[in-house]
Amino acid sequence: MSEMKKIKNLKEFSTSADRFEGANLLCPGCAHSIIVREVLNATNDDLVLSASTGCLEVCTAVYPYTSWDASWIHIGFENGSTAVAGAEAMHKALKNKGRLKQPDRNPKFVSFAGDGASYDIGFQWISGCMERGHNIMHVVLDNEVYANTGGQRSSSTPIGSSSTTAPAGRVSYGEKKNKKDMVSIMASHNIPYAAQVAPNKWKDMVKKIQHGFSVDGPVFINAVSPCTTEWKFDPKDTMMITDLATDSLVFPLYEIIDGHELNITYRPKNVVPVEEYLAAQGRFKHLFKDQYKYLIKEWQERVDANWSYLNRREEARV
Amino acid sequence: MAFDKMELRDIEVWDGNFAAAQALRQCQIDVVAAYPITPSTPIVEGYAKFLADGYVEGEFVMVESEHAAMSGCIGAAAAGGRVATATSSQGYALMVETLYQASGMRLPIILNVVNRALAAPLNVNGDHSDMYLGRDSGWIQLDAYCPQDAYDLNFIAFKVAEDHEVRLPCMVHQDGFMTSHTAQGVKTLTDDEGYGFVGDFKPMNDMLDFEHPVTHGVQTEEDWHFEHKARQHNDLMTKVMPKIQAAFDDFEKLSGRKYNIVEKYDMDDADVAVVCMGTSVETAREVATEMRAKGIKAGVVGIRVIRPFPFMQIQEALKGAKAIATLDRSAPGGTVGMLFNEMAGCLYNLETRPMLSGKIYGLGGRDLTKKHLVDLFTELQANVDAGKITTPLQQFIGVRGPKLSFL
Repeated sequence: MSEMKKIKNLKEFSTSADRFEGANLLCPGCAHSIIVREVLNATNDDLVLSASTGCLEVCTAVYPYTSWDASWIHIGFENGSTAVAGAEAMHKALKNKGRLKQPDRNPKFVSFAGDGASYDIGFQWISGCMERGHNIMHVVLDNEVYANTGGQRSSSTPIGSSSTTAPAGRVSYGEKKNKKDMVSIMASHNIPYAAQVAPNKWKDMVKKIQHGFSVDGPVFINAVSPCTTEWKFDPKDTMMITDLATDSLVFPLYEIIDGHELNITYRPKNVVPVEEYLAAQGRFKHLFKDQYKYLIKEWQERVDANWSYLNRREEARV
Repeated sequence: MAFDKMELRDIEVWDGNFAAAQALRQCQIDVVAAYPITPSTPIVEGYAKFLADGYVEGEFVMVESEHAAMSGCIGAAAAGGRVATATSSQGYALMVETLYQASGMRLPIILNVVNRALAAPLNVNGDHSDMYLGRDSGWIQLDAYCPQDAYDLNFIAFKVAEDHEVRLPCMVHQDGFMTSHTAQGVKTLTDDEGYGFVGDFKPMNDMLDFEHPVTHGVQTEEDWHFEHKARQHNDLMTKVMPKIQAAFDDFEKLSGRKYNIVEKYDMDDADVAVVCMGTSVETAREVATEMRAKGIKAGVVGIRVIRPFPFMQIQEALKGAKAIATLDRSAPGGTVGMLFNEMAGCLYNLETRPMLSGKIYGLGGRDLTKKHLVDLFTELQANVDAGKITTPLQQFIGVRGPKLSFL
């Protein structure tokens, strides 16, 4: 059966053996590597990993180097989920045929992809994997923008942020559309487990990843991944920004079991105003001009409404 | 093994699709990831039914698009097992991105391509537009002319593609409907003979070997990309053809059926020759025989191995001919047909340099009749008699309306 790590504290967690090496080309302060490490460190089992084209992929497997001490594959932008689904199907076939080289192992199949590769171009592939019931976990490194290509809007980009294809300007406040609710969409495939996680809440993250590894069937994880380059904050502030994201409830942490049982897994003791979260990032700087301040108010109302919705769902067990 | 063998008659009446499906069963594919498209659908339906009836053991992953089908095949092949699928036309077009990724990652996947026209206008019938779309994709490509070929070439494909010195994906092409849906007598191998020919799959760099983790699908920029591509191309051009020849030889020993890299018909003393692919080869052979009865020394060259392209074998086959026509079953979209270009590349440096003209035919499933070929051989003979090309260099055969020609 699954072999989950027993982790007592953050020091032990941060110094445990890595299958994702620190030697990579990600920006200083990038949350991707923190999230990947937290996911991989949740298990001692063997791993079959994929990365869709994006920051994680181009920064960790530049020939002749690799940052991965585990089986890893990249095919293209849209199909990382299907790559591990294919590998999972082969594992099943070879297991049934008695041809596995190490039949006693219990590998985990995980695909990592950005929000562009998940919410947009890879949406259909992920939906297919979830619907077919593959024993895989898809983890979105959600930095709400096409960071690898230089900061274009995706369907995860939030209202009012400035990106290179939805820039704030003399007559525009930037992105006009609300972020797609990917966790709900994926949970609606009636998969055994879907959850939103954040790297600052590492115990919550590890618990969810371990739960995801323990269930039979597809798992969807949306991980907030603050991007120092495109969100425009100082690289040393990644965890501070993540704290603001979770404590302002802009990124509420919750899980949905079997498509209907919603549990909120983190309730901040002191809820931070959304304005503080927005003020800490350059991408929202223009919202603080007088003519756009109404958007900050709307932001707060939207976050409050979503929190209320999640609470009502949790209470109603739907 | 947890599956039953199937008793086959020595000769079964199968269409090309079912012949390919039977070959996949006998090769005992581990994973098929597939998406339906006319006219190739019955191949993967066949695999699904064999699975449901317990005649094969593996995983059939019915995905949500052809792009996902090849993506799943790539993941499965990288995991380390025998993988195949089938597609046609628009599905092939959707798959093209992943075709390049499969070959670049050197994964021995077998793709049965049941050739069909490309939209627009939408058309379900056979031509070679899809085949031509993927001709630079780095796959080995074999061409079947009839259901028997579609059956036999699948065994050859696995044998060559999975060779550790090759490790390249391989397509087996057959003509949509003309081969895929036309039932003919197909001489069979027993299950033991068929599986014995391809042998057990031997994994290499497999992701499921956890003692040796591998990284598949890396990034290479200007420092390494060129070397990677050039060396792979070199392998394709130098290592593959001898392996195909060896597989043809072994297959002949097993079955008595002989395949050749270039299929020559009456070429020893031919003055005029037609070069073609697919079902047209058989029609052209029949007409060539009839032309000989009329005193025209006609021959036919069929391309069996499309990639790697057999330059030397074609030079050898065509060196004595005086006038040659290429038959391309794809609209060349602003140039001459692919076969015309390839033949010109083969023949330009020959001292005898024969006359070469190009014909476009059969688009969207339009029939190529014996009358068309009689006219063509007659035209080629007229060129020989005149000592020069007397007709436009590129013409259409069998198109209605005003006569269209270029060059």
